Amino acid sequence: MQSKGILTLGWPTVTVARNFAGGLWVTQSALSFPIIRTAGLDGMLVTFADALSEPSNRATLAFSEAVKASAWPGVQEVSTSLASVFLRFDSAALCHAALKDLLLALLEKQDWQQAALPSGRRLWRVPTVFGTELAPQLAEAADAAGMSEAQAIESLGRARVRVLTIGFAPGQPYLGPLGAEWNLPRQTELTPQVPTGALVLAISQFVLFATTAPTGWRHVGQTGFRGFQLGAADPIALRPGDEMIFTPVSRSDYDRFCLEDSHFGGASREEIPT
Amino acid sequence: MSALKVLRIGPLASIQDQGRPGQLQQGVSRGGAADLLALAEGAALLRQDVHLAALEMAGIGGLFEATSPMRIALTGAPMQASLDGENLAWNASHQMQAGQKLEIGAARKGVYGYLHLGGGIDSAVQLGARAVHLMSGLGSPVAVGDLLPCGADPGREVGLGLQAEDRFQGGALRIVAGFQSDLFDAEVRVRFADTAFRRGGRANRMGVEMVSDGAGFAAAGQLNILSEIILPGDVQMTGDGKPFVLLREAQTTGGYPRIGTVLPCDLSKVAQAQAGVDLQFTWVTLEEGLAIQAKHDALVKALPTTCKPLLRDPALMQDLLSYQLVGGAISAQADPFDTGDIT
Repeated sequence: MQSKGILTLGWPTVTVARNFAGGLWVTQSALSFPIIRTAGLDGMLVTFADALSEPSNRATLAFSEAVKASAWPGVQEVSTSLASVFLRFDSAALCHAALKDLLLALLEKQDWQQAALPSGRRLWRVPTVFGTELAPQLAEAADAAGMSEAQAIESLGRARVRVLTIGFAPGQPYLGPLGAEWNLPRQTELTPQVPTGALVLAISQFVLFATTAPTGWRHVGQTGFRGFQLGAADPIALRPGDEMIFTPVSRSDYDRFCLEDSHFGGASREEIPT
Repeated sequence: MSALKVLRIGPLASIQDQGRPGQLQQGVSRGGAADLLALAEGAALLRQDVHLAALEMAGIGGLFEATSPMRIALTGAPMQASLDGENLAWNASHQMQAGQKLEIGAARKGVYGYLHLGGGIDSAVQLGARAVHLMSGLGSPVAVGDLLPCGADPGREVGLGLQAEDRFQGGALRIVAGFQSDLFDAEVRVRFADTAFRRGGRANRMGVEMVSDGAGFAAAGQLNILSEIILPGDVQMTGDGKPFVLLREAQTTGGYPRIGTVLPCDLSKVAQAQAGVDLQFTWVTLEEGLAIQAKHDALVKALPTTCKPLLRDPALMQDLLSYQLVGGAISAQADPFDTGDIT
């Protein structure tokens, strides 16, 4: 294992690069990952890739857990995006260079792209109506992926996807990765509004809307799942690393599930064994 | 319980506090007051905790009636204010008696004015804060007929004023490079700092548009960037290379590239810029930025010591004839230049 680190801070952004034997860190970019960069005055970002992949998201989730477990004094917040771990810290208690050293040492401990996922993850099975007037863009998405609607439902309904990150709005998961056939571009025009529980698709990912909002992603499924429910014991039920399956159901079953379970629309939840 | 009744209110008034730091992993935006300095000033004037909630008024205030005696303070964008018709000093604390009516008009400069209550506004805490965040479904705008409940107020002191930092007319914004800055060519980053910007027409608590003459500020590979965490102060370039300065209420992640991050201490200046106000960006190194921010934090911490008893301005005293003007009621020692224009 070989590594070179340059610990200059500020502009220009200086990257810390390392190469693992065997070429595990294959990227399309000029940058060598992982890289540590500053974020604002009081943030540090550890990025594992500039494109989404299962290994880069795995590295992100595992490294985030390791950072939290380290409990370094001065670190105020640890959060993940699709392929990065963000730390907010009190620079009076922990200076940038010292934090960078800690992160470098932790990065060297193992190949994070092959790390075990954190424990305590759950598998959610969510009853979903694909297509119909509830999710009017299934046909369009199927067509773009070169499938019939039935094939699309079969493909999407079987996919077991991971909560890659939660972001944009409270409790709203980005899920994936889906197969390359679902690498559809975002629409150029925004859909003015999709309802809470809408399952939308673009760039080999789902988003399960936790609020009503405009979107450039295609609305392919509808669930009764509310990712953010104020007043509930656990207002934001999903955690990064959880997995989800969107089980196709009929409209009448969907209506019944929503009536019986206004929070999760009949979704079941089980622990994923570690 | 003591409360302030809302008889009339501007369209975008909302209860705000320090927001919800620390919940990015759940997708919860930090939010909170658009002008955090104004929150600190109000807390200093009422000698109370800076985490208490206040009413944020966007551009225009409203009409309020006290249901019982209460202390108030007015900070942020200076607005015309009067209590039962008598003018009130801005950047100051005052006493309201039960039944008295407080009228707050339009901002004379700046955007966000703040009405603080002794004991803070004791509205419901949601996800750890009282700050309203409409996009997240947390709370709703203040409406006519609402009662703004006061928290317990152990304080008594009123009639204090302070000299507020003028962050209401634009100016220089200090900016540090961040993790996406090198997506922009060096030439673009230099030109960015050489450009005279004006605040554009599109602005809210999430972000503020900057407009300029000449070419935009596009990044390489603008449309193929993986969505990444957003920090308050990030300057995001939209598809046509137009900068938006993102504020604390911005969404937690975004796919537009960010050229850098405005220092937290300059964000009040961004939020308080009215449309058309001149602004420009100045690159500072991380070390410089940390030093500037530390100095600002120290000034904020010292705000309580800068609050001084108000000198009443005879021009504002409508009941002048009822005052005893020659009997030593006015301190001979008070230095008018010390307290200055606190409106």
